[in-house]
Amino acid sequence: MSDVADRVKKIVVEHLSVEEDKVTENASFIDDLGADSLDTVELVMAFEEEFGIEIPDDAAENIQTVGDAVKFIKEAS
Amino acid sequence: MFDLTGKNALITGASGGIGADIARKLHAQGATVGLSGTRTEPLEALKAELGERAHVLPCNLSDMEAVDALPKQAAEAMGSVDILVNNAGITRDNLFMRMSDDEWNSVLNVNLTATFKLCKGVMRGMMKARWGRIVNISSVVGATGNPGQANYAASKAGVVGMSKSLAYEVASRGITVNAVAPGFITTAMTDKLTDEQKSGIMGQIPAGRMGDPDEIAAAVVYLSSAEAAYVTGTTLHVNGGMAML
Repeated sequence: MSDVADRVKKIVVEHLSVEEDKVTENASFIDDLGADSLDTVELVMAFEEEFGIEIPDDAAENIQTVGDAVKFIKEAS
Repeated sequence: MFDLTGKNALITGASGGIGADIARKLHAQGATVGLSGTRTEPLEALKAELGERAHVLPCNLSDMEAVDALPKQAAEAMGSVDILVNNAGITRDNLFMRMSDDEWNSVLNVNLTATFKLCKGVMRGMMKARWGRIVNISSVVGATGNPGQANYAASKAGVVGMSKSLAYEVASRGITVNAVAPGFITTAMTDKLTDEQKSGIMGQIPAGRMGDPDEIAAAVVYLSSAEAAYVTGTTLHVNGGMAML
């Protein structure tokens, strides 16, 4: 796993209090990891801070899986 | 009880009668206060009166860029915004049939849209802190209506609906969102009423008098406190019994 993926994983594990092995690339925050809609907003906020980027609202709506987040962050940073 | 030591509060309309008393009371409970308003002079005077733990943050709430910038300026000045009191409000009364788009829009912009934007602007910090208090000042006429005030009443009813919706969304994060609905309070805004209007109003108030600004401030202090953590999405009516809602 890349550095970005590791850091994303760490944030997700901490924020959603889920087992690390559940945080796979295709895991959906809401369907697989038990996030509610506000959790996804907070995750985006946490990604913005960790990576020093801005994630606009329309892009944030499309970040639904761990893989989506990693892909967006790699492209943005 | 109601100790606010270490909390930072942003109050809009702090140059006005009710806003200044809200700032005074929050400050007296130990909070640091960010005093926002259009007119700098009364804000500076209030800051001088309060001494330490007071910051002046001028902002014209009809200027949406200035509104967007205010939460950030407040957080920079105080370190955070833990308590937001959206108190600023304007009136531009007219008969409904004569009300212009400009009269409608300007009141909705300041009373409702600026409140929305300020709530949004402080939310990130409150979510991270897992603690926040928002108190939006509504009005009795938002619940009852008032001839000549279709714009004002709509904006104040809108504030209540918005507060409840936001309260739902953020309750699980330790953030409460409530409204205080003053009745007729002695301020510059109600001084504009004619004697005839005033005596008409007095007949509708079981308490038989207008309210004092510090009676609104006391309600705001309560809703801002740690003790009110389980109170959210509510409207506290402070109106001498004129509308028992």
